[in-house]
Amino acid sequence: MPQNEPPPEPRPTAWLLFLIFSRIGLTSFGGGLSGWLYREFVQDRKWMSEEEFLNGLSLSQALPGVNVKNMAIWIGYRLAGARGAAAGFLGIIVPPAVFIVVLAVAFSALARYPATNVALAGAAAAAIGLSASMGITAARRVPRRAMPLFFLGGTFVAVGLLHWPLVWVVLGAGAASVSIEYRRLPDRER
Amino acid sequence: MGALLWKLWAVFAPLSLVTIGGGQTTLAEIQRQVVQVQHWMTAQEFLNTFAIARLAPGPGSLLVTLIGWHVAGPWGAAVGTLAIFAPTAFLIYGVAYLWRRHHGARWQLALEAGLRPVAAGMILAAVYVLFMTMEGGWAARAIAVVATALMMRTRLNPLLLVACGAGVLVLLHATGMTP
Repeated sequence: MPQNEPPPEPRPTAWLLFLIFSRIGLTSFGGGLSGWLYREFVQDRKWMSEEEFLNGLSLSQALPGVNVKNMAIWIGYRLAGARGAAAGFLGIIVPPAVFIVVLAVAFSALARYPATNVALAGAAAAAIGLSASMGITAARRVPRRAMPLFFLGGTFVAVGLLHWPLVWVVLGAGAASVSIEYRRLPDRER
Repeated sequence: MGALLWKLWAVFAPLSLVTIGGGQTTLAEIQRQVVQVQHWMTAQEFLNTFAIARLAPGPGSLLVTLIGWHVAGPWGAAVGTLAIFAPTAFLIYGVAYLWRRHHGARWQLALEAGLRPVAAGMILAAVYVLFMTMEGGWAARAIAVVATALMMRTRLNPLLLVACGAGVLVLLHATGMTP
C-alpha cells in the first residue's frame, strides 16, 4: 500500500539540494552511489519513502542514460520540482567532474606509494557495506508472497550469478512482475 | 579546436543514448572509439584513465570527462561531460513529471508493487558481484561485512565508515597481517 505521510522535515530548496548532491558526489568513494543517496534522502533526512526511492532506482536503470544522473534528477524533481531536478543534475556531475580532473593530475604523484592502492581497496570494501545494507533493507520489505519473492530471487540469480545483461533483466522481470501486480489490484478507475 | 570539440560531442552523445543499466555497458565501445578509431589515447593510457575514474568519487562515467581533458583541455572536459550526461536528462525528467501527475493511478500502484522485488534483487546482485571481485583478500571482505552490520544498526556517517575501512586495511597491511 502506498504511504502518503507528510515528510518530517520541510521540503528542501533547490540550492540545498545542489549542496547535498555535490557533497555526495565528492565523498562517495568506492562507488555504489545509490547507497549514499539512499542513506541521505531516505534514512537520515526522511524526505522520501523507501518506496519512492526504489521506484526511481528501477526506472533509472531501465531508461537510457547514466543511472546516477537519472536518480539525481528523479530525487531532485520529487523534492523541489524543475529547479530541484536541475540542482540534482548539476550537483552530482559538475563538482565531481572538476575534482576528477584535479585527481588525475595529482594521482601520478601518489601512485608511487603502494599504500595508496591499499587504502583505496579498504575504502571500496567499506563502501560495499552501504549498498549491502540498502539491499537487505529493501529485500526485507518485499511482501512474503510467492510471486514477489520469485522475482526477487530471479533477478538476483540472473544478474549476480548468470551475468545476464541488466537492461533485459529489468525490462523482462519488471514487465512480468508489474503485470501480475496490475491484475491483483482492484480496478479503482470506475 | 572547434573541430576537435565537435568530434568529442559526435562520439559521446550517441553513446549516452545507449547507456542502459549502468555505464559499464558502453565501456567496450568507448575504449574502441578512443583507442582504435580516433587514436586519442594508447591502450595503456586508456587503462590508467579508467583506473582513476573507478577510484574517484562520483559517477563512473566521469571517465569521459578525463578523456575530454586529455584530448582538448578544459573545454574538452566540459564538452565530454555534457555529451555523456545531458542528452538523456530529459527522459527521466519526463517520467518523473508523469509520475507525479498520475499519482495513485492503478498502473502506478502496479509499477510500485511490481518493481520493488526487482529493485531489491538488482541491488543485492550488484553487491554480490562487487564482493566477489573485490581486491584486498579476506581482510577486505571482513571489512565489507562489518561495514554492512554497522550501516544497518547505527547512524554512523558513511564517510567516516569508508575512511575507517581505508585505515584498517592500511594498518593490517603495514603489520603484515594480510596476504
